[in-house]
Parts: sequence; structure tokens; C-alpha cells
Amino acid sequence: MLEVRDLQVAFGAVAPLSGVSFSLAKGETLGIVGESGSGKSLTAMSVMGLLPLSGGRITAGSIMFDGQELTTLAEPAYRKLRGGRLGMITQNPMTSLDPLQKIGPQVDDVSRLHLGKTAAEARARTVEILGTLRIPEPALICDRYPHQMSGGMKQRIVIAMALAADPDLLVADEPTTALDVTVQAQIIRLLDDLVKERDLALVLITHDMSVVAQTCDKVVVMYAGRAVERGPVQAIFDAPQHPYTQALIGCIPKGLSEDEHLIGIPGTVPTVLNYPKGCPFHPRCDRAQEICTTERPAFVHNGDSAAACHFAGSAP
Amino acid sequence: MTSMTGTAARAMAGFGNTSLGRAFGSWLGKIAGGFLVLLLLTAIFAPWITPFDYAAQDLMNGNAPPGWPHLLGTDQFGRDVLSRVIYGARTSLSVSATAIAISITVGMTLGAAAGYFGGLFERAVMTVVDLTWSFPDILIALIFVAIIGPGLTSTTFAIAIAYLAQFTRLTRAQIVRLKRETFIEATINLGAKPHHILLKHLLPNAIAPVIVVGMLAIGDGIVLEATLGFFGLGAQPPTPSWGAMMSSGTAQLFLSPWVIIFPGVVVAVTVIAVNLFGDELIRALDIRDRIRGA
Repeated sequence: MLEVRDLQVAFGAVAPLSGVSFSLAKGETLGIVGESGSGKSLTAMSVMGLLPLSGGRITAGSIMFDGQELTTLAEPAYRKLRGGRLGMITQNPMTSLDPLQKIGPQVDDVSRLHLGKTAAEARARTVEILGTLRIPEPALICDRYPHQMSGGMKQRIVIAMALAADPDLLVADEPTTALDVTVQAQIIRLLDDLVKERDLALVLITHDMSVVAQTCDKVVVMYAGRAVERGPVQAIFDAPQHPYTQALIGCIPKGLSEDEHLIGIPGTVPTVLNYPKGCPFHPRCDRAQEICTTERPAFVHNGDSAAACHFAGSAP
Repeated sequence: MTSMTGTAARAMAGFGNTSLGRAFGSWLGKIAGGFLVLLLLTAIFAPWITPFDYAAQDLMNGNAPPGWPHLLGTDQFGRDVLSRVIYGARTSLSVSATAIAISITVGMTLGAAAGYFGGLFERAVMTVVDLTWSFPDILIALIFVAIIGPGLTSTTFAIAIAYLAQFTRLTRAQIVRLKRETFIEATINLGAKPHHILLKHLLPNAIAPVIVVGMLAIGDGIVLEATLGFFGLGAQPPTPSWGAMMSSGTAQLFLSPWVIIFPGVVVAVTVIAVNLFGDELIRALDIRDRIRGA
């Protein structure tokens, strides 16, 4: 369904993203995890063809969607895909809806544009989709304005808009970051159900390893604009090879004992202008050796998963 | 001492937030708005409420002081000042409103296109528009007078061009700000076409401040119309205009001051009312914003 290979993105002379590869089939969920500034959202923007809007461009690699190369696709054709076969759920539901328009017309517009529905058909479809997203009294909601709704409800509306034209691939960029913890769980479960019911392919971008563990089939761990480890969720969680992945998993609170401390990773993600030489993680890595500061590690394959670490496979 | 000023400041801020403070604000709005509605009705129904024909001369009865039957007196030709002030409202309001309407239409179109498309097009539009802003209003009016002669058409175009830059810049700024909003990005993500984004999402969200500034500009337009009329560049006799009336009144300033005072007072009160009402409008829109954000 979606295959990204060696994706490289540049803004002018800087390359904030390089060497990102993953693939995704129908009915599968792929998690992209990493801290802020690791290139997760850039990856999503690349797939949606939104880079030119912010002045970036894809300089190498390919994005194949259902046998179609997206990196060379012209804007009018891309526009037909966006909102049509490619659905996107943005980060902040609070600001993702037009404050001056009622909910109904905003959702209607999508199926009218992409499926050529009449106003009445589109409204019927909107009500149906809102219903499947467990929104109470969908017909009444259509006449509400966004400011009259809670954050969780708004995020459901945003999901409804992404689903309105029956997409094959859904990209969700931190869909729960702006929501309450209880609502977060609901939205994640909702997305999980949608993937199963509609046989969707879902790219779930998050910084929360526990969300990945619950919902994803595959995972790509990103650090400083690079994929550092990828593979099936089970394998990665059972035996993470990259020290960064190990650290991320170590950060998940177990909640078992009262004297458990929250664990963090010392240091911060380097900015794009001073990515370190060699392995980008070496300044924060407790296993770093001489070679890590000079040579960029290649992917070491281990079954279905792969890790870009000089010491992958020789876990302590 | 410090705590006392702090208490006082809090008390004042509290007053602004109480319903009493808000009611005080809305009373201003009621008075100013009420006056404007009255003025508008007077202008519309002028033929039915004026006691005399505004152009009828009565030379034997020139420069008559306020009294009966000429409530506000007569000018040097014996024309009824009240009737002329009422008809003057027609001239002033229609010229100013028409000019601002033209200015808003053209300014919003240019500003929206410049803000949306950006690049060289934006620079070209904004340079030309800023150029029009650098000319004094009177000079622009003189250019039109030179081309099409003095009159209300010249006045209208002069006012329209004088305010074009303001509306263009305002709209452009709104569009540039809105373009970065998440919901516009979300709309792009849904595959919307540029004209749909511009007409259905960007412009409706940009229009509120334009309406407020447009409202205030109508007040300024009335002053500009009066100014041009005063210089003889605007309405030509016998069309009544507040500016032209004041101009003709200067000759008899000490003999019959009512000829210049009454139109002057009406201009001043109208402009104050427009500005007060504009302020109330801004206040009301801010409240709407706060509700929307909550």
C-alpha cells in the first residue's frame, strides 16, 4: 500500500530528514516514534505532499502509494489524492476546524469534493460517519459550531473529515497530543477499530511508546532526522537493539511500585544545524565508543527488524 | 501605598468587567448607534421631512436668524438651512458610503490575492497600493478634478483611493496570518482547491476587522467629503453638501453665523457618533472572539 524508501528532505542547504524507509500494508498500523524535532511530522508532510508549502522538497528516495510514485506527482493530481485516498489527521483538533462554519458543512465538503455527492447525499453520509465515530446525536451536531464542542469531540470531527471520502491510507500526526488522558485512550481505540473495520492502512505518529505497544503492528524509531530502528512491534519491544529505542522503552512508566521514578533520557535532540558526526545519538548514548563519533552506523538486520547501531546484535 | 494603587487598579479593572461597566459601554453604543440610525432615516426620507425646498431662494428673506418658520435660519439667498443640512446628510452619507464600499471591494480583492499568492505579485500590488497612500488625499482629489471636473464623482473616487491602501494592507495581513492557521492546513490536507480555501475559509475569517475599519472609515470619509466640498472641489451648487455650506457661510461668518455653525456641528457629531459606534463594534467583536476561544 505505502512504501517509503531512503526518503531525504531538504530545506535549502540543510537536510533535516534522510534515510527514512518503511512499508505498510492494508489493515496495518505503523507507528513512527521519536522526540520532538526527530523528523516525524516531516515524514508525514512528505507523504501528504505538503513540503512545497513550507519551502522544503524531497531530494532523494521514493514514496510509492498503491503502485504510484508520489514524489514526482503534480500538484493537481496530489490534490485529488489528499482528502480522497490519503486522509490526514492533524495534531491540534482545537484549531483544525474553521471557527465560522458549522460542523455539518465542513464535513460535507469533503465527500462533495472527492466523491461528487450532492448536498443531501453528503449530509446523509456525514451523519452516518459521525455515528460510526460514536458521536451522540450526529444530526444535531451538524448544526453546531466548533466552539460549542469539547476537544475530544472536535478530534472525532477531524477524523470524520479524514474518513469522509473513504481513504485507503490515514496519516495521524500526534492525534492525541492536545487531549485529556482519558480522551486520548478513546481516540486511540477508535483509530484502532477503524483500521480493522475499514481495512485501512494507518501511519500513527506519536512520541508515546506505550501507544505504539498497544496499537501498532510495525514501528519506526526516529532520531535527529533518521530512522534508527524499525521492525515488528513485538520484536522491537522484546529485544530492542538500538540504545535509543531501549531508552525510549525504558521511559514507559510501569506503575508497579510506589517508589518507581520516572526515567528520562539525558540531553536533548540536536537541532538540524548541528547534527553530530557519526551516529547522531552518540552524545547521549552511554554505550558510545570511538567509532560512534566518526562513522555513521549502517542498518544491521536481524530477522524482520533492523537497527542502525555499531553494536546492534551485541546487546548487553 | 503600593498595595493601595494595586487595589485601585484592580477595582478599575473589576469595573470594566462588571455588567455595570459593560452596560456603560453599551449605552454609548446605543446613543451613538441611535444617532446614526436617525441620521440615516433623515437622509432617506429627506423629501418628506424637509420643511422647505432645499434650493428654493427667497432673496427678500436672506440671512434670517433661526426662528419660525426657518428653524435654523436662512443663508444669503434665503434658502432654508435646516432643509439643506438634511439634504446634505444624503450627499455626505451616500458619497462616503459609496466610496468606502468601492474601496473595501477593491482593497479586499487586492489584499486577499496578494496575501494568498505572495511572491512577486504581492510585492507589485503592495508597492502600488503603498504609493497611493503616500499622496495627500487632497492631491488625489485634485487629480480627479483635473480629469473629470469637480463634483461628487471626483469626490467619491478620491475618497475610495485614499482608503484603498488601508483595506488592502489590512486584508493582506489577515490572510497572511490565517494562512498559517491549522484549520487552513487541515483544509489543504483534505484536498481543497485554492479558490475554495480563499473564498470559503480565508475571507470569511478575515472580514470582521475590515467591517470595523470600514465603519470608522465612513466617518473619515464624511470629513474628507466636507473638506473637498469646502474647497469647492466636491458637490457643486445647488447640491447641498455640509462642506460647501460651511464654505459659503465663511463670507457671512459674523453676519449670520448659523449658516456655518449648523452644518459644522452636524459633521462633528456624526463623526463622533461613527467613531464611538465603531469602538463599540470592536468591543462586541472582541467578546465574540473570547466566547469562540473558550
